[in-house]
Amino acid sequence: MSLFTPDAGLLFWMVLIFGIVFFILAKFGFPIITDMVDKRNSRIRDSLREAGEIEAEMADALKKRQEIVEQARKEQSDILKDAAEAKKNIIDQARVQAEDEARKIVEEARTRIAVEKEMAMRDIRRQTAMLSVSIAEKLLRSKLSSEDFQLEYLERLADEAAGNEADKS
Amino acid sequence: MMRVIGFILAFVLLSFPCAADAGENGDVDVPEIIFGHVGDAYEWHIADIGGKEIAVRLPVIVHGKDGWAAFSSRRLMHGGSYRGFRIAGPGEKYEGKVVEADGSRPFDISVTKNVLSLMISGALLLVIVLLTARWYRRHDVLKEPPGGIAALMEPVVMMVHEMARENIGEDYRRYSPYLCMAFLFILLNNFMGIIPFFPGGANLTGNIAVTLVLALFTFFTVNLFGNRHYYKDILWPDVPIFLKAPLPIMPVIEVFSALMKPVSLTIRLFANMLAGHILILSLVCVIFIMAKYGPALLGSMSVVSVLFGVFMDMLECLVAFIQAYVFTMLSSIYIGLSRQKAEE
Repeated sequence: MSLFTPDAGLLFWMVLIFGIVFFILAKFGFPIITDMVDKRNSRIRDSLREAGEIEAEMADALKKRQEIVEQARKEQSDILKDAAEAKKNIIDQARVQAEDEARKIVEEARTRIAVEKEMAMRDIRRQTAMLSVSIAEKLLRSKLSSEDFQLEYLERLADEAAGNEADKS
Repeated sequence: MMRVIGFILAFVLLSFPCAADAGENGDVDVPEIIFGHVGDAYEWHIADIGGKEIAVRLPVIVHGKDGWAAFSSRRLMHGGSYRGFRIAGPGEKYEGKVVEADGSRPFDISVTKNVLSLMISGALLLVIVLLTARWYRRHDVLKEPPGGIAALMEPVVMMVHEMARENIGEDYRRYSPYLCMAFLFILLNNFMGIIPFFPGGANLTGNIAVTLVLALFTFFTVNLFGNRHYYKDILWPDVPIFLKAPLPIMPVIEVFSALMKPVSLTIRLFANMLAGHILILSLVCVIFIMAKYGPALLGSMSVVSVLFGVFMDMLECLVAFIQAYVFTMLSSIYIGLSRQKAEE
């Protein structure tokens, strides 16, 4: 049957036409399409890889940021603690200083009071002495108005003087 | 909606090719109709409208005893003869072919129905692929997705390209154009064969000459570029020594297997497509056979026949793709085997 015997004319035309079409398309058709698509595929592959890398970097950066925030927070609390401590120190110091100062002032006041007291005592003593001298003078003057007493007094003075001489010698 | 349109279309398409042959005298010569449709011819019969035949009369080109002759096949129609050539009648050795007056066959490279179909599909393939390539040349693939014809062709071409990459390995780029070409050629012609009217309807991939040439292209691609390892595997395979010397049993089997590969490729594609065409045509012919059994039987059988015809047409669409895919995949596997490196 002719269905199962290849026809020479059709063989010839098939080789010719398939050959020509194949030659043209192998040169100007398929390589252009496949090259372009391969180019795009490799670009897509690269982009995906890059996107993955960027994502990892982002995650890294996020972690780093968190770390930095954490650290900053810790530093902040440290600084606050330090500041509180410093405040306390300053207040303590000021108190100590104030106490010192107060004590000094009190001391000074005390010394001055003592000095004043001394001076007042001395004044009082002097005045007392002068008062007693003037009293004694007044007493003497009133006693010396009688003759007897004058003599007696002179004698006593002389005795005393002698006594003093005798004591000296 | 689409389904309804599909049914109507299928009905119209199915009834078309046989309408021309429906009987003047009521009896339908089914084998003649079927083999007339799947076979080759010197004219391309399109339709009969109002008893008037519409057909493309194709040129006959032959090299006979008196040298080259080229003329329109119109001169040979209805038993005519021209310059000593005629078309052999029923019962002769070369029935339906152009023969010399004494019945011997000249060298015949006429542009027959199949050749014209081949030219049309070749041109169509050229236009489609070159337009696609032009799209890629004019657009920056890194900036925009494929559009228009490129969006249609890219998945197909890349499917074959990827197949080549998987089956061939390293230097697949050298073979990828051939595989793309074979796939698209077979696919296009399979679908053109399913379309029942001009310019489709020629049974090109169901013709043994066409599939033979395709298989031979694969055969030569495999065996001309085969590497040392491939030929060593054929001529001195890794089997116990008594299998290859003194009687070269294994080498003979291997050589035979290498020669049978193109044969299997040829027959598989040819037989699948031919069978599909014959089945669909037979189902359509049922309608015309039933014509003389009265309207009731004709009506009911027509419905059955159309339903089965639609089913077969859909199946053929599937087969059209599968056969193109199988041919291409086997070709790529054969090429891959011939390029395989020896295992260390």
